[in-house]
Amino acid sequence: MSVNSFNKEDPGTAFELKADSFTLPFLRLLSTDADSVAKQLAEKFSQAPDFFRNTPVVIDMKVVADGENRVELAWLAGLLRSYGMIPVGIRGGNEAHNESAAALKLSVLSEGRARKTVTKKPPVDLSDATTKSTDSVLRETTVITRPVRSGQRVYAAGGDLVIVASVGSGAELIADGNIHVYGTLRGRALAGVGGNRECRIFCNNLQAELVSVAGTYRVSENLDATMGGKPVHIYLDNNSLKIDAI
Amino acid sequence: MKGHRSAVIDFDVGLRNLDLIMGCERRVVYDFVNVINGEANLNQALIRDKRSDNLYVLPASQTRDKHALTQEGVGRVLEELSEDFEYVICDSPAGIEHGATMAMYFADDAIVVTNPEVSSVRDSDRMLGILASKSRRAENNEEPIKEYLLLSRYSPERVKEGEMLHVEDVKEILALQLLGVVPESKAVLTASNSGVPVILDKEGDAGKAYMDVVERYLGEDLPHRFIEIQKKKLFGRLFGR
Repeated sequence: MSVNSFNKEDPGTAFELKADSFTLPFLRLLSTDADSVAKQLAEKFSQAPDFFRNTPVVIDMKVVADGENRVELAWLAGLLRSYGMIPVGIRGGNEAHNESAAALKLSVLSEGRARKTVTKKPPVDLSDATTKSTDSVLRETTVITRPVRSGQRVYAAGGDLVIVASVGSGAELIADGNIHVYGTLRGRALAGVGGNRECRIFCNNLQAELVSVAGTYRVSENLDATMGGKPVHIYLDNNSLKIDAI
Repeated sequence: MKGHRSAVIDFDVGLRNLDLIMGCERRVVYDFVNVINGEANLNQALIRDKRSDNLYVLPASQTRDKHALTQEGVGRVLEELSEDFEYVICDSPAGIEHGATMAMYFADDAIVVTNPEVSSVRDSDRMLGILASKSRRAENNEEPIKEYLLLSRYSPERVKEGEMLHVEDVKEILALQLLGVVPESKAVLTASNSGVPVILDKEGDAGKAYMDVVERYLGEDLPHRFIEIQKKKLFGRLFGR
């Protein structure tokens, strides 16, 4: 009956096999051009190098699956590993992709059920596109109405995070988009973790332990004391975090 | 005391002391773990309180540790108790370990007891987070556990000196309905040492505060007491109280 695995200390059982769901970042391949992929990845990585370290990542091949050019999975997986990421599987690929994934010991995952962002984009050649193309993907907003308690972690994948309550110290808010806190922010808030430098953090009462936009962070010690307890918004301005009163 | 049939379970397996506080330590034969393991039935293990006919105590085991509690076992015992009792009170051990998670897993309501100090308040916040995510109600997507706050060992004088958090600060941080404030009182220590629940001390501040807590929990709207500094009355001064 139990979903939890409480330690029963039964010497007869060495392990339990259970299922759980995890939120994984995935890399949606929009181009088969190796150079532009490598270039963009290098850019992303330089924005938040620590964020990618030891991060499991899934490669989404859907957009490029029926293109003529083959994607060199082995090469891409190697590239991701060189940045410290751990490619764990692919999804949405064609037969050839799935075969090469199997050869590379990557799992073939089914489509996630979380979102249906219909991005019917043709395979774009990224050589002339900038990061903007990924930013314009439809965003989903996560709204939380109960207080976020110490030790809790909320991740809004692919979109904004709105908290209509307070955030306790030791709690962590992570969002690919903006973060809004309509209460007191005592914990940590990391906006734009996907590398979007346009993201902002808004809060009604700033007492945060740490704020970060696209990898640029500041701990409470370095926060402007005059802004403490005030409604503020936080954004990136020329690589430095700006905190303005609203 | 309000006439509701209630049972109290001590979940602090290995550190049994609810029986001491309730003054029934010499009548413990079987304990909670015995019932879970099927070595005794509930009626054998439940100890009726001498002062109140409607109050029963299920003591913890002193010789086992917390892993003796299984989710199935606890669920079964609580199921059985709920047929017989209006209120089943699970006295959770402090911390977020196995014993505490067992105590709160099946809960409908939770009263978080905290002291007016930062570490205690943060721990409470963490506990509330666990209440919101790891309970049966959370796992089955039912209505969440109702959470209440009880602030104990409160001393308005020390708050004024800045040595203690103000009740409003604690309320603001935890964002909970305040069930009551129990003032720091010698009566609490005296009561627990003598095995007489402090609520029976009808004259003392702490006893009154706990009575208020019970009445507020049962739905009455009472003003909060013992938050302001009490001026010593002339009478009290004369007798040096």
